Amino acid sequence: MKAELEQIRREAEQVLACVSNLQDLSNFRVEYLGKKGKLTQVLRGMGTLPLEERPKIGQLANEIRAYLEEEIEKRKKVLEEEALSQRLRDEVIDVTMPGRRHYRGKLHPLNIVLNEIKDIFLGMGFEIAEGPEVEWDYYNFEALNIPKNHPARDTQDTFYITENILLRTHTSPTQIRVMERQKPPIKIIVPGRVYRSDAVDATHSPIFHQVEGLVIDKNITMCDLKGVLDVFAKEMFGPQTKTQFRPHHFPFTEPSAEMDVSCTTCGGKGCRVCSYTGWIEILGAGMVHPKVLQYGGIDPEQYSGFAFGMGLDRITNLKYGIDDIRLLFENDIRFLEQF
Amino acid sequence: MLVPLKWLKEYVEIDVPVEQLAHSLTMTGTKVEGITKQGEGISNVVVGKICEIHPHPNADKLVVCHVDVGDRKLQIVTGAPNVKEGQLVPVALDGATLPGGHKIKATTLRGVESYGMLCSGQELGLTDEDYPGAEVDGILILQEEYPLGMDIREALGLDDQVLEFEITSNRPDCLSVVGIAREASVALNSPFEPPHIEVKPGVGDVNAEAKVLVQDPDLCPRYCARVVKDVKVGPSPLWMQRRLASAGVRPINNIVDITNYVMLEMGQPMHAFDLDKVAGRTIVVRRARDGEKLVTLDDKERVLNGDMLVIADIEKPIGLAGVMGGANTEITDGTKNILLESALFDRGIVRKTSKALGIRSEASLRFEKGLDIHNAMAALDRAAQLIQELGAGTVVEGVIDVCHGSLENRVLEISWKRVNGLLGINLSADEMADVLRRLEFKVEVKGEYMRIEVPSFRQDIEGVADIAEEVARIYGYNNIPMTLMEGTVTRGRKTGRQKLMDRVKEVLVGTGLYEVVTYSFTSPRVYESIGITDPQLIPKTVKILNPLGEDQSIMRTTLIPSLLEVLSRNRNRGMERCQIFEIGPAFLPKSLPLEDLPEEKPLLTIAEYGPDIDYYDLKGKIEVLLDEFGLLAEAEFVPHVHPTFHPGRTALLKLNGRETGLLGEVHPKVAQNYQLEERILVAELELDVLLNSAKEERKYRPLPKYPAVERDLALVVKKEVLSAQVERCIRELGGQLLEKVELFDVYEGAQIPEGYKSLAYSLSYRASDRTLTDEEINALHDSIVKGLEERLGARLR
Ligand SMILES: [Zn+2]
Repeated sequence: MKAELEQIRREAEQVLACVSNLQDLSNFRVEYLGKKGKLTQVLRGMGTLPLEERPKIGQLANEIRAYLEEEIEKRKKVLEEEALSQRLRDEVIDVTMPGRRHYRGKLHPLNIVLNEIKDIFLGMGFEIAEGPEVEWDYYNFEALNIPKNHPARDTQDTFYITENILLRTHTSPTQIRVMERQKPPIKIIVPGRVYRSDAVDATHSPIFHQVEGLVIDKNITMCDLKGVLDVFAKEMFGPQTKTQFRPHHFPFTEPSAEMDVSCTTCGGKGCRVCSYTGWIEILGAGMVHPKVLQYGGIDPEQYSGFAFGMGLDRITNLKYGIDDIRLLFENDIRFLEQF
Repeated sequence: MLVPLKWLKEYVEIDVPVEQLAHSLTMTGTKVEGITKQGEGISNVVVGKICEIHPHPNADKLVVCHVDVGDRKLQIVTGAPNVKEGQLVPVALDGATLPGGHKIKATTLRGVESYGMLCSGQELGLTDEDYPGAEVDGILILQEEYPLGMDIREALGLDDQVLEFEITSNRPDCLSVVGIAREASVALNSPFEPPHIEVKPGVGDVNAEAKVLVQDPDLCPRYCARVVKDVKVGPSPLWMQRRLASAGVRPINNIVDITNYVMLEMGQPMHAFDLDKVAGRTIVVRRARDGEKLVTLDDKERVLNGDMLVIADIEKPIGLAGVMGGANTEITDGTKNILLESALFDRGIVRKTSKALGIRSEASLRFEKGLDIHNAMAALDRAAQLIQELGAGTVVEGVIDVCHGSLENRVLEISWKRVNGLLGINLSADEMADVLRRLEFKVEVKGEYMRIEVPSFRQDIEGVADIAEEVARIYGYNNIPMTLMEGTVTRGRKTGRQKLMDRVKEVLVGTGLYEVVTYSFTSPRVYESIGITDPQLIPKTVKILNPLGEDQSIMRTTLIPSLLEVLSRNRNRGMERCQIFEIGPAFLPKSLPLEDLPEEKPLLTIAEYGPDIDYYDLKGKIEVLLDEFGLLAEAEFVPHVHPTFHPGRTALLKLNGRETGLLGEVHPKVAQNYQLEERILVAELELDVLLNSAKEERKYRPLPKYPAVERDLALVVKKEVLSAQVERCIRELGGQLLEKVELFDVYEGAQIPEGYKSLAYSLSYRASDRTLTDEEINALHDSIVKGLEERLGARLR
């Protein structure tokens, strides 16, 4: 019987070495260790053995059982490893194939740029104010020191609704509205849509967008105007950006200025975009005219301030290199998805 | 304003390159928009004389000319019909270039060699305004003697440079060569010399020749006039014609040219009347009478009214004051005696007149900005001087001067410290006074104050801010330091509403929608396009009085048409998917005619098409938005009929019972109006209702500790029964223990009777404090089934 057991062990060792998958392994276990397995069957013959031999044989059988269990476990690990590697090999995919598309939209480029502008000024302590697009002549012109029959009205060809109501030609009327309802310090920007009776071409649109700014407090100087706008330009167009201020005229500011930034395309060396001047005009600004402060109910002897206004469409076009304002209003998806 | 450099140099010393002059002027506030170099592109074109003309042996239409170009004679073939022997003409030599980059080479024309080309005016880039006769068909025939071989640019005066200025409306004094010379002298710090004006003694007495009556002195503060007798009307000298042409004014005749020349030089518009046609030899300045008529110099009949100022004689109007003269007193070849007018008219009335009649003249442009009362007299004398110098007539002794305006200069008392305070710089009183004196202000410093006498040509200077600008622009804007405000600290932040608005956009973008920006005015016909034909249903709109066109003449009350246009455009361009939204106001009049500003009600409009886009896609997007603002439970989607939409696929969204907007599939007929074949989904919501209902507060609910039990429920109901009704019933019947209800299948067809549908729900039961027993759940589930049967006639499937 001992020899029989030894025979089983040798045989099992040989068979086990050839088992190549988990199913065969499981069959192997049943064949040798199962209730009707070879080992069990041999042990059934134990009754025929002399009593004193039984423990020895029993012990041997247990050893063999334990040994085989251990070998099966080892083999199982190896086979599982192999099976997993095989699966991983089988599951190779072409990772360069396109992903399944999740559709996400985008903000309009005008509003992407507006958000940037808002963030820059929020960071400098400005709040955001809004005003109506259909506006009183009084707020759009009169209170901004542009009386009826003033020639400055020519530069802002106006859509009228009635004699006294119009489509605002700039965001500046909101200056007065804010002054009327808020005491200094005032620090606001006013983004909004404006209207001028211009025929459409690559650089003109009867509807466009401005961002107005207004600061009123004690002791505000032209140095502050320059400082704030210089920070804005550097944040907007990059830290290497230079600014230049030229005298200009607006009825609602005095002194008035236009601000140029070093060309965003050529950096100031001169190119087609900047008409070979190295500079690009991006906004108008100035110290708030004393008459305008008075219209807003603020004493110009006590307070001073500055205001500025920029064309959002123009800045957007500059930033993205868009050469035709009409693209902004066409809303071709192939255009919108670029930003 | 165009200013030829040579003309400018007569009054100010300029020894820097023109680019530097332009920069200095720009940086001190007189902006140069461009510099044109005349004769640019022309080289190797000289004056030549045609000595002989022979027929071409091989071509009828060509001739062979022998041309003397000074150092040699050339044989040149031309086809021009207007050449004659003895004429001086421009000759492009072999190797010459013409404007536009054309190169001229010696060549052979039909077997005859040609060593250059005779040029037409057009080939040299000239118009009649540059040189008389430049536009004739044929070769340009020179009208004066020039040395043969002379560079044609020199001969034609094409060697000048013309600066183009953008003059702002506060500086009418700079609408003149002298005014710009004054600025240049300050900018370059170089001497300024205005024209020396001197009229030689005249003949007779002006008061015996003409009278001036100013009936509306407030509208005409000053009227100066001179009379010139025995005028010889003819062309003005070429130098004057060329200067006018370079400055953009067409030469006409010597008298008119002189008035225009003085206007360009000194900034004072002038006019010459044929005095013999002025009835009563009397000028009357008065308001026009309603319905009075005048044919102006441009041969148009104008109907006048009492808001216009005219120059009249004792019978009739003879000119529109400050705007344009009348044809009835125009200078003609036969004119013998003239009256020269140099006046100051009220800014407002000139502007009103020119606007009302649609005439914008060089004169009206200047008057409406406010002119110098002293300059009127100086300019009149300057014109008289030029008439004498050019021998154009005999100036009558004396001047008529009807002056009601003040000749006193404005005087300001300004604190120089205040000027420093506004600018944030620290100039001494003397430094500041020096800057102002260079600008011809008279300044006395008295302690803290400057007593400033403003020169009469600077009507724009009214107070401390204006003085600050004068100081700053000469001191140099770029020399002012940069600082950031001191003083009160303000907190930069968005309002709650602004933050909500940002989130609305963020959510919409997240659902796959692109934001668009479209025009807010539109055509009154869009209502028809979106199916609204019943006049009762067409909203009242805000109309633009002077629109660019009928199709941009009303302010929109809905964004739907604009967005459908965008879809249509994208579809036309082949896009198989287009999903967009816009947020913008609807303009709603409170009453018509408009007496108050209209309401601007912000709308959120979504429009989309695409392979997988249907009503439930759109609704899903809106549900995401509602969920973001905690409004999903409050929302109710009620079937709705609206002419823009598909009658069976449209819902009205209500939030807490308040109508918030519509969503649904666009009516196929409406889609067709926009050339759209596919299913189009559109929603339009009132943003304020959404934002005002938004629930911002979030509170943590403990995670469940006990398991949920799921049961399915498949029902058969009548087709008209809405899923929302069924769901509401289930929820009411399920009470606290019913945690979740989800519709997972809808079926119609085999096994379901005609007119019925099957709805399958998954119900989830849970208690927060214990594990539910089967008995409990069965009882509850059964009661739901029973309730559905009673209330909706539902049967279990
Ligand atoms: Zn550049």
